Order: sequence, then structure tokens, then C-alpha cells
Amino acid sequence: MSENMGLAPPKSPPIRLTREVVNSGFKQRVNELSGQHMDACYQCGNCSSGCPLAQEMDILPNGIIRLVQLGQRDEVINSETLWICASCFQCTVRCPKGIDIQAVMDALRQMALDEGVDHFGPDQIDPEQAALVPQPGLVGVYRKLST
Amino acid sequence: MKRIGVFVCHCGINIAMTVDVKRVAEEAMNMPGVAYAQDYIYMCSEPGQALVREKIKEEELDAVIIAACSPNLHESTFRAAAEEAGLNPWQCEIANIREQCSWVHTNREKATSKAIRIVDTLVQKTILNESLEPIPVSITKKALVIGGGIAGIQAALDIADSGYKIILVEKESSIGGHMAQLSETFPTLDCSQCILTPKMVAAGKHPNIELMTYSEIEEVSGYVGNFNVKIKRKASFVDWSKCNGCGLCMEKCPAKVPSLFDRELATHGAIYVPFPQAVPNKPVIDKDNCIYFKSGKCRLCEKVCEIGAINFEQEDLIVEEEIGAIIVATGFETLPVPNLVEYGAGDVPDVIDGLAFERLLSASGPTVGEVRRPSDGMVPKEIVFVQCAGSRDPERYRPYCSKICCMYTTKHALLYKHRVHDGQPYIFYIDIRTGGKGYEEFYHNAELDEGIIYLRGKVAKIFRDGDKTVVWGTDTLTGRNIEIAADLVVLATAMIPKDSTAELVKKLRIQTGPNGFLSEAHPKLRPVESINSGFYIAGAAQGPKDIPETVAQASAAACKVISLFSRDHLEQDPAIAWVDEDLCGNCRICISVCPYDAREFDEEKGIVIVNEALCEGCGSCVAACACGATQQRNLSDSQIRSMVTASLGGE
Ligand SMILES: Cc1cc2nc3c(=O)[nH]c(=O)nc-3n(C[C@H](O)[C@H](O)[C@H](O)COP(=O)(O)OP(=O)(O)OC[C@H]3O[C@@H](n4cnc5c(N)ncnc54)[C@H](O)[C@@H]3O)c2cc1C
Ligand code: SF4
Ligand code: SF4
Ligand code: SF4
Ligand code: SF4
Repeated sequence: MSENMGLAPPKSPPIRLTREVVNSGFKQRVNELSGQHMDACYQCGNCSSGCPLAQEMDILPNGIIRLVQLGQRDEVINSETLWICASCFQCTVRCPKGIDIQAVMDALRQMALDEGVDHFGPDQIDPEQAALVPQPGLVGVYRKLST
Repeated sequence: MKRIGVFVCHCGINIAMTVDVKRVAEEAMNMPGVAYAQDYIYMCSEPGQALVREKIKEEELDAVIIAACSPNLHESTFRAAAEEAGLNPWQCEIANIREQCSWVHTNREKATSKAIRIVDTLVQKTILNESLEPIPVSITKKALVIGGGIAGIQAALDIADSGYKIILVEKESSIGGHMAQLSETFPTLDCSQCILTPKMVAAGKHPNIELMTYSEIEEVSGYVGNFNVKIKRKASFVDWSKCNGCGLCMEKCPAKVPSLFDRELATHGAIYVPFPQAVPNKPVIDKDNCIYFKSGKCRLCEKVCEIGAINFEQEDLIVEEEIGAIIVATGFETLPVPNLVEYGAGDVPDVIDGLAFERLLSASGPTVGEVRRPSDGMVPKEIVFVQCAGSRDPERYRPYCSKICCMYTTKHALLYKHRVHDGQPYIFYIDIRTGGKGYEEFYHNAELDEGIIYLRGKVAKIFRDGDKTVVWGTDTLTGRNIEIAADLVVLATAMIPKDSTAELVKKLRIQTGPNGFLSEAHPKLRPVESINSGFYIAGAAQGPKDIPETVAQASAAACKVISLFSRDHLEQDPAIAWVDEDLCGNCRICISVCPYDAREFDEEKGIVIVNEALCEGCGSCVAACACGATQQRNLSDSQIRSMVTASLGGE
């Protein structure tokens, strides 16, 4: 089949879908944690087009949902997008299918943290900036940004 | 001299912006015979028509000319108005100064003088117009429906219920068409046979319906209200009047023939009924596969048939019928899988089409409703559905959308999940098109509840790898290629017109479009009529459609026939060709030029006459006739001469 023999790893490897991949439990866990239904998404892209931070993301919000639908756990958990999302709810209020995308992002961040995907350490904050941010703000930020 | 009235329409600004309508009316007053002329903003409005009626009386007009839009639009409106005011309708003419003048020109001066000449041309014609009466044509109040699918059945039932006789001709031995093959039907998932068979039984029993199954149209002649149809009743080699449908012959027949009804997933004998609920429930012998016909030995069926219904001597029979109207409902078939080269060309095992999958899902099908793949009977756990297989592909296959496959593919995936709970269905699609009442909701719920994976992209290749059928596609939503090692692949192949339709339309002399589907007279306003009068169309033969739309169209076509039959006689336009018997030299050139077969040699008179019911007034024979014997009413040679002179500016 399409084995990439001895060459550099392909940039866009084909996704090999099997019922084990689709039903690995990843999508089901996201549904459970977020209280949302990933299969309801019909990929209209409204969440991405309204997102104020979309230009900073490696995968757009609708792309995240799509990869969850296809059971592509690793790609999602390691995406920058989860941490760039500002939880501003723009996506959630726009979604025609009533999906709370912000809750999905939250669930995915939770899963990433649980798995110890280290994204942002306290040492990465400039002490001068840290001094300017009030304490509750810092706590809130750490829930999102730290291990 | 006749007193002629001229009425010039502004059509809002449609005409008045480019043509000086007041000047046209003024100039008309100088034309011969014109006794009155006036312009008005909307001639077709009720006040506009009232003006015409009023002036006909006041000015004692003998004829009127309405200078306005195309006669295709309002000729009948103004002729009716003229008739109401006491004129013969053929004393009303339309001068087209919109489509043929104001809409196609910009120079006001030139457009105005052209409009004046157009009016003058019609004045010249009108001076010599005769008063005519419509020609009455009788109607045979018996209809013919060709094709016994759900479209034909529905149309036949509606006409029969209104009290008219009808003949339903079906090619196969049973009526039912494709709907009989389906398992459950979207969007409500009712069992197809359960809702179809009551209608089949009703059609079989209706006193006004005569079923002619295993029959085909041989020849059609005549015209609306008066067709003569020859129908070939193919030899079934079973005397249906004796056969009681016991089925002993079918049990004993040693031949094995792939069942077309079961999409070759099962076999039946050489003597067979296509499916158990067939109407009529009478077997036929497939001559090409019968052992006796091939080798001269066997006749087992004859031996077991206690009532002696088998008749190897039976021959095709031609019956002739007088018919008033014809509905064509010959349905569809699907693009054969071998045509689809990149999808294995029919050589890769476990690649089947949607109709075959319907048979696998069907409780009365070869697997009694269990989904089992053809190669080894395994229950597929990974199943891929491929939409637009041959549709929306103008380069290689069919350019159009087959309209039903988005819906039935979702239905297939959903019914599969109901039967194989741990299986995974994938659907490759380009767009999901779910226009229809309750359709988007059906798709939404299937997506939500059934765990179907929809992949947006066209499948590029299907090939075999061990016992797997590998599908290469893409998912444009992630921008990634997809590879699935499937157990079974189902192609939603394009809906195409039934192959025999091409030959049939030649016999009927009706039109088809570029893709072979029957053409309607007008895509919006006359969707169930053929352009040739007396022919109506219904169902998938006209274009891809699902059952609700098919049934609606069939009832609409039936309604047209009923409305035709509700009249005492038809009226034919009298402005047609006629022959001056003293001048006809019997050269018969007119017979060869007439596109409507309206010219015939009259033995008694020794000249060529016009069949008034068939003549469409096209004028071909008038132009061809070297003796000047053939003339057209209200378009005589002298009328045409003075019209040409006027259109060139007089003199
Ligand atoms: C896989 C599949 C699944 C589908 N599922 C659904 C569904 O779930 N819901 C839904 O609404 N629709 C569904 N459809 C669509 C449905 O099958 C059609 O809408 C319907 O069958 C059209 O009916 P018809 O009478 O026009 O044509 P047909 O069913 O094709 O009937 C035409 C009849 O005319 C006969 N005939 C043809 N030529 C001649 C001739 N020259 N002389 C005499 N007889 C002739 C044929 O033998 C046939 O009996 C599905 C279609 C497919 C392919
Ligand atoms: S707005 Fe909702 S439906 Fe549309 S892509 Fe985003 S999550 Fe999906
Ligand atoms: S004669 Fe033909 S139809 Fe009859 S049993 Fe033999 S093979 Fe079958
Ligand atoms: S109905 Fe859907 S699957 Fe069928 S041709 Fe149209 S878009 Fe393609
Ligand atoms: S006018 Fe046309 S249709 Fe009529 S008889 Fe002549 S050729 Fe035929």
C-alpha cells in the first residue's frame, strides 16, 4: 500500500481509518467531558470565521472538531490551538448546531493536562509581567496555561 | 374596405422607452383600412382589454391589431377580448414590437420606424384575413400508460378512478418497477413493498385498468385524441389464463439463472416470477436460458404442471388499440459498475451498487435482510459508501446530480448500523444534498445517532488487497488523504434513463434532452407534458427523482389526461394548409416535406389532401408546392407578398 519506504516522513500522511480508530474512546471522552456531541458538527466553519485568535492557531476550531470526529487524538492533544483559544465564547454563540465549542476546548485542555502534555511552565512568565497581573488572574491563567 | 383598429402598448417602459408609441399610433392612422388607432400603458390589463372591446363597438371595427409583446404570450388574451366584442377571433392579430423591436434595439428613431413597419405588415395581412372556425376533433377516451413502476401505477389508478379506461403496458412480467426492489424508504423508513404492494394489487384488480405485462410498444400512429397503438405481447410460454400460480414448475426447473431483480446476488429457474408479490403472479419462461429451448430436452415444468398451462408453442402476439392520450413512465436504471474504471470496473470483488445493497437489506432478499458480502458471505465490519459514482462528472460520466443518492446512502449507512451494531460505516461525498421535506432532519439525526463517518471527498481508487477492498479517498475538511481497508464497498451509481427509452421515443416521436431523459414542454410551467400534444411524462424517465416526487408527477400527468378526456371534442387551430383541388398536379412533394405526416394521397380525388387534425400549420408544404395548389389559411401568397412589401417600407 502507500508505505513511505525509507524516505523522510511525509508532511501529510494519509489517515488510515478503522473502526478501532474511530471508536477508540477519544471522541466519546470529549463528548463526556464537554457535554457536547461531536458528530453534530457539519463543518460549516462558522466557529473559525468568528474566532478572534484564529490567525494565531495551527489548527482552526472547526479543524479540531473534525479531527476529534475522526479519532485523531495525538494531533488534537498536541495542537497549539488549545492554548491559544481565549475562551471568549465567540464560537459557541455562533454555532448553528448549538455546539459549545469553548466547552470542547476546555475538555481538550483538561485531557492534555491529564496526560501531562507540558505546554507552559510558570518559569516562562516574565517576572515583571507576573507582578502586574492580579493573583486571581494568574490562577485562572494557570488552569489554562500550566501543567 | 375593412375598418381596422390599431392598439399600441407601452408595456410600462419595456416598449415605450425605445419606441415612440404615440408616433406609431399616429402613423397607423395613415395606413390603408385603419379607422382607429390609440396607445395605452398596459394593453393586457383589464382596462386595456376593455378599451379594445369598447372601441370595436364604438368605431364599428371589423378587425384589430394589438402592437405589443410576442403572440406566444397574449394572442389568446386579445382574441378572447375581440370575440367578446363580437369579432371572429381570427380578425385579431398581434404585431410584436417588443421581443422583435424595443428589446433588441437602442436607437429610438430607428426602432420607432421599424415598429411602424411591423404594424403596417400586420395591417396588410389583416385586410385579407378570413373569419375562421376551429376544427373539431373527436377524442377516444382511453389512455395508455407505458411503464409499470410506481409512476405508471399511480397515474393508471388516478385515471381509472375517474372512470376512464386505461391500458398499463409493462415490459417485465410484473408491475412494480424499482420500488419493489427497495428495502425501506427514506425519510420515514417505511418498508417499500408494504406501501407498494397495495397499489400493485389495486392496479391489478381495477375494472378500468387492463394490465399488459411482458409487453412492449411496437408502433404508434395518429394524433392527440386518436392514436392507434400496436402492442407486442411477448410469448411467456405459459398460458396465463390457465396458470393458478401454484409455483410447482419453478420448484422443479433445473436451470439456474442469475436473478436481475436480486441484482445477480441470487438465482432463479428458467421459469420464474421475479419476486413473490408479483402482479400478475404468473411465471414466464426465459427462452435464452431454458434447457429445453437450448438443447431440446427437459420439459420438466410441463410434466409437473397439473393443469397443462405450459405451452412451448406460444408466439408473440400483436394487439391493436385505439387510444386518446399516452403517459410515458419508463423510469430509470443505474450506471453499470463495469463502466466505473477507477472503482474496479466490476472486477474487484465486494464492490456493489446501491440497488444490490437494497436487496441485501431487504427482508425478502437473498440474505433475508442480513448484510453479507457477496465474495464469502462475511458480515462486513468496515463498510464504505461512495457517493456521486458517475454523477456530477461531466468529463467522464454524467454531468448531472442524481438527486436521490445522498439520501439513500445515509439510509443505507443507518440501516447497516441497525443490523451490524459493531460495524463502522464511512460515507465519501462531495456535497450532501438533502432538499426535501424532512430530509435534512433525517440526515442530521443519522449523523448524530449512528456514528457514521462522513468524509468530504471523491474516491480516487478502489483495489483489492488480500480479503480487503481498499479505498483511497481524501477528506478535504482536514486536507488529508484517507485510506480504508474495507470489507464491502457500495457505490451510489448515477441514475440514467432506462436503456430502451431511446428506441421507444423514436416510435412515439417525442423528445429527450442531452442526457436521454424525456423532455417536458416547459421546465417550470408545463413539467408533465411533452411538447407533442397527447403525450405526458412522469417519474424518473423525466429526470432523477425520488418516490414522493415521482408520485406527485404521476398524479399531475393523470390529471392532464383527465382534463383532456373531460372535453367533448378537441379544437384544432384552423389557420392551417388547404389544397385547391383544381390546381394540385399530384406531384406529392408535399408528402415528403411535411414533418407531421399530415399530407396524404386521396385515392378517390386523385390529389394530395391535408389531414386537418395533424397539420400544425408550419407552411413547409406551401413553400414546396410548385403548382401553388397548397395555401395556408390567413397566410395566402397575396397576403405574404403585401406583407413583405410593407416590411421593406412599402412601394
Ligand atoms: C438504490 C436506490 C435506493 C432508493 N431509495 C429510495 C428511497 O428510500 N426513497 C425514495 O423516495 N426513493 C428511493 N429511490 C428512488 C426510487 O427508486 C424512484 O424514485 C422510483 O422507483 C421511480 O419510479 P418510476 O416509476 O419513475 O421508475 P421505475 O421504478 O424505474 O419504473 C419504470 C418501469 O417501467 C418499465 N419500463 C421501462 N421501459 C419500458 C418500456 N419501453 N416499455 C414498457 N415498460 C417499460 C420498467 O420495467 C419499470 O417497471 C431509490 C433508488 C435507488 C436506485
Ligand atoms: S460552528 Fe458548529 S457546526 Fe460549524 S464548524 Fe463550528 S462546531 Fe461545527
Ligand atoms: S423446460 Fe425450461 S423452464 Fe421448463 S423446467 Fe426445463 S429449463 Fe425450466
Ligand atoms: S444526490 Fe448526492 S450523491 Fe447523488 S449525485 Fe447528487 S450530490 Fe452526488
Ligand atoms: S402546413 Fe406543415 S404540417 Fe401542415 S400539412 Fe403542410 S407541411 Fe404538414
